[in-house]
Amino acid sequence: MTTQEIHARLKARFGDRLGELTEGVDPFCVVETQSIADVCQWLRDEPGIDLTSLMCLSAVDLKDKLEVVYNLHSMKHKHRITLKVELSDRDNPHVPTISTLFGTADWHEREAYDMMGIVFDGHHDLRRLLCPDDWEGWPLRKDYVVQEYYRGLKVPYPQGQDPNRGHWVSQDIADQRVNPPQRREPDLKSMSGNEA
Amino acid sequence: MAETQTELKIQEKAENTLPLEGRHGNNVIVTSVDKVLAWARQSSVWPMTFGLACCAIEMMATAAGRYDLDRFGMGVMRASPRQSDLMIVAGTVTMKMALRVKKLYEQMPEPKYVVSMGSCATCGGPYWKHGYHVLKGVDQIVPVDVYVAGCPPRPEALLEGLMMLQEKIKREALLGKKLAPMMAA
Repeated sequence: MTTQEIHARLKARFGDRLGELTEGVDPFCVVETQSIADVCQWLRDEPGIDLTSLMCLSAVDLKDKLEVVYNLHSMKHKHRITLKVELSDRDNPHVPTISTLFGTADWHEREAYDMMGIVFDGHHDLRRLLCPDDWEGWPLRKDYVVQEYYRGLKVPYPQGQDPNRGHWVSQDIADQRVNPPQRREPDLKSMSGNEA
Repeated sequence: MAETQTELKIQEKAENTLPLEGRHGNNVIVTSVDKVLAWARQSSVWPMTFGLACCAIEMMATAAGRYDLDRFGMGVMRASPRQSDLMIVAGTVTMKMALRVKKLYEQMPEPKYVVSMGSCATCGGPYWKHGYHVLKGVDQIVPVDVYVAGCPPRPEALLEGLMMLQEKIKREALLGKKLAPMMAA
C-alpha cells in the first residue's frame, strides 16, 4: 500500500482530525495533538495497514512552534507513513504519550522531553534521559541559554574568535591577539620553477 | 656417557641463567628507605579500569600486548577505586559524569595520582565552544599530575605521560627530603 492510500484510509476513519498529505521524500500529514495516540493505535491494529514499528520519534524546534515527528513502518507490508504534531505553546507543550502502544517510544519520548521540554502526558517515567536530573533548560531549543554554573562547576567559558585564524579560543587569548601578525601569502613568483 | 654429557650441559646452562637472587651471593645494597619506597611505588602503579570515551580505546591498546603497560608495572587494571593508585581520565568528562569522577577519586586510597588523557579531559577538546554538557578540564574537580596531549593520544604518548608520572613519584619522599621537582619537558 502506498503512503497516499494509507492516508486516504486514515482520512476516511478520522476525518478532520488530521490534515492533508504533504508530498516529498517522506510524505507526512499533521495530526491534531489530542488524537495522536488514537491515530497511532488505529494504524498499528488495523488489518491491512499493520504499522507495527515505530522507527523514530523526534522533536523539532521551528521557533514559532515545536513539532513532534513520528515515523511509522510496517514490517509485514513494507509501507510507511510519517505523522507530525504541532505544538504552538512553547512554554507548556503537551502531547499524549504513545509509549503505551510502542515500547520504542519510551526512551524516545524521554529524550524529546530532555532536549526540547515536551511533556508526554501519560508516560510512566518521564525523566531526563541524557542530561543530569537537575539540569536547567532544554538544550536543543533554538533559544536555549546555557546555565553559568552546574553544582559549582563553570559551564561555558568566555570565548572569542582568534582574529588571526578564525578559530574559537578563550577570550583572554583572543584579547591578546588584537594586533596579530598578518598571514603572509606564499610568494610563488620568487620560488624557482614557478616563473612560467 | 652421551646422556651424562647432555645432563652436564643442561646443568651448566641453568647455572648461567640463574635468577637475580642466586647470582650475587649474600651481598648488601645500601640506600635510603625513601628511595626504596619510591622505587617500589613507581614500579607498581595500579591504574583503575576506567574509560570515558575514545581515549579509553587507546588506553586499552597501551595495556595490550604491543605496547604492554605491564613492562612498567602498570598492567594491573583494578576494577575498584579502593585498590587503585592511578586514575587515567581517558575521555570526555560530561557534567553528569564529573560528579561520578570526583566520587571515584575520593574513593581511592592515598597516595593517588591522576593522568588527564587527551584534549577532552584536559580542556574540553572539541566541545570547547558548543559543548554545554562537557566539563572544560577535569582539573576543575580533581588535581591532575600529568596531562597527555592528543585527540586521542597515541599509546606512545600515554606511555610517555605515565613514565613522567613514574619520575614524579620517584622524586616524592614519604619520609625525608624531597628531590628537586621535575623540569617541564
